[in-house]
Amino acid sequence: MSKQSITRYQEVVNKMSVLSVQDLNASYRKNKVLHNVSFSVEQGSLTSIVGPNGAGKSTLLKVMLELHPKLSGNVSFFGSSLSKTKTRVGYVPQRGSVDWDFPTDALDVVMMGLYGQVGWLKRPNKSHKEKAMASLDQMGMADFADRQISQLSGGQQQRVFLARALVQDADLYFMDEPLAGVDAATERAIMTTLKDLKTAGKTVMVVHHDLQTVEDYFDHVLLLNRTVIAHGKTEDVFTKDQVYRAYGGSLRWMKEA
Amino acid sequence: MLNSLLSPNTQWVLLSTLILGMAAGMIGCLAYWKRQSLMSDALSHAALPGVVIAFALTGSKNLLVMILGAAASALIGAWMIQWIRTSSRIKEDTAMGMILSVFFGLGIMLLTIVNRTAGGNQSGLDNFIFGQAASMVRKDVFTMLILAVLVILVVSIGFKEWKLFLFDPDFARGLGMNSRLMNTLYMGVLVLVIVIGIQAVGVILMAAMLIIPAVSARYWTQSFKMMVILSAIFGGGAGFVGTLVSTMGKGWPTGPFIVVASSVLFTISLVFGAEKGLLIQALQLRSQKKQHVDVGSQAVISSRISERGSNQ
Repeated sequence: MSKQSITRYQEVVNKMSVLSVQDLNASYRKNKVLHNVSFSVEQGSLTSIVGPNGAGKSTLLKVMLELHPKLSGNVSFFGSSLSKTKTRVGYVPQRGSVDWDFPTDALDVVMMGLYGQVGWLKRPNKSHKEKAMASLDQMGMADFADRQISQLSGGQQQRVFLARALVQDADLYFMDEPLAGVDAATERAIMTTLKDLKTAGKTVMVVHHDLQTVEDYFDHVLLLNRTVIAHGKTEDVFTKDQVYRAYGGSLRWMKEA
Repeated sequence: MLNSLLSPNTQWVLLSTLILGMAAGMIGCLAYWKRQSLMSDALSHAALPGVVIAFALTGSKNLLVMILGAAASALIGAWMIQWIRTSSRIKEDTAMGMILSVFFGLGIMLLTIVNRTAGGNQSGLDNFIFGQAASMVRKDVFTMLILAVLVILVVSIGFKEWKLFLFDPDFARGLGMNSRLMNTLYMGVLVLVIVIGIQAVGVILMAAMLIIPAVSARYWTQSFKMMVILSAIFGGGAGFVGTLVSTMGKGWPTGPFIVVASSVLFTISLVFGAEKGLLIQALQLRSQKKQHVDVGSQAVISSRISERGSNQ
């Protein structure tokens, strides 16, 4: 094979297997929360993970990232294991998962996203700082760089988290409810960023709670309720029937088709 | 007092409690943000049976052996707290309360037995309860000094890693940080600082050396680095002053004096602290109220003016 065709072949393989999950099972305390979850995600897609409370959305992210133990199953990133591809995977935890009273400023939090690149036990230099500033600027937070994180609004805190993920320059991002409880300006800033990521060929999976915006924001949907109800392009999957199936009787609202 | 200061032994003891206070202050910041202030109290109480057993087995008051005993017993305590929490419905604070009192009770019981046997009375084991820094010999001082410096180095070298680990452990793991290693290291330095401190401060009050400087420092700064530095200064200062006072009288315990010294620092921080102190908060509230009233009265005046304008 010529060199070019090898690269082509590589590209096709990459496109197929940015993320592939097979028969994933996990439990939380005594309850089984994930049951035979299987799906695969193609490169450049913007997928929302949608499902009722307790459907295992956050747990799915945590299990895939090996932050929560799995019972069985297999997860592969870029056709390889997580430990070998860690620098290519970015994670935005739920805003409520950290203590915002921690004494530090916005720039410092964004710098944390660079610790992998800086290297353990090494000090970040000027270029790292510039990168972090650029990332804050991208999220419209440049003016808040030296603001105490406890003094930021919820939406601003979320943007700091996004900036920290951007600075990692990963290829695949997982975000846990980045749009929950944020103001309109933050929602716009985050959605612009997600679309930019997609344009740059990055892959993003977002746990999302607002059914009304799914169709506008995401090109793929993963309907989850302990197991995969449906997964695919938004127009194919996000139908009234499927969403009802995912939510069971607990769905109060659904946009008329 | 001047005489006691001049004695080389006292100088070494002062230096060692100073360094110990600094180490404890730094580790206290880690425990504070890991929400485990009470854990340090449970661990220091849990160290007592180990100290007594180590003495009973070897028959000598070798500090290193006792430190090993204390560390073993504190780690067993830590492991049991963890075990109770994960394998039963009992919450962590209850588990800590149980381990703290059971281990301390066991320690006192063993201490009584050892003291009854010949030679036990001279052993000075009682010093481990309230601490007696002045009774330490040169070799003990060196042991303490080296271990305390080690603890300070562990925190300083991996400073940015500690910060990430404390602020967002999940994200740290996502970056490839070995969280089990960090947890082990954290537990290691915490236990180390406790066991080297108990001879000087005693098992009952050791936790105060970890907790009080950290909370005092919190009142002065909004930077984690400054908090750790200030906490080290407060801890070191309290250790130094407390020890100095306790050497003035024969048989005065060191621990209580150190705790009183750091409590004075805490009270000052609570009232005058630049970030969250009561005084600064009261002043801020007052100036805001004043501003509010000023703006309010201006609004009233301007609305009256406009009213008048429209009436005419």
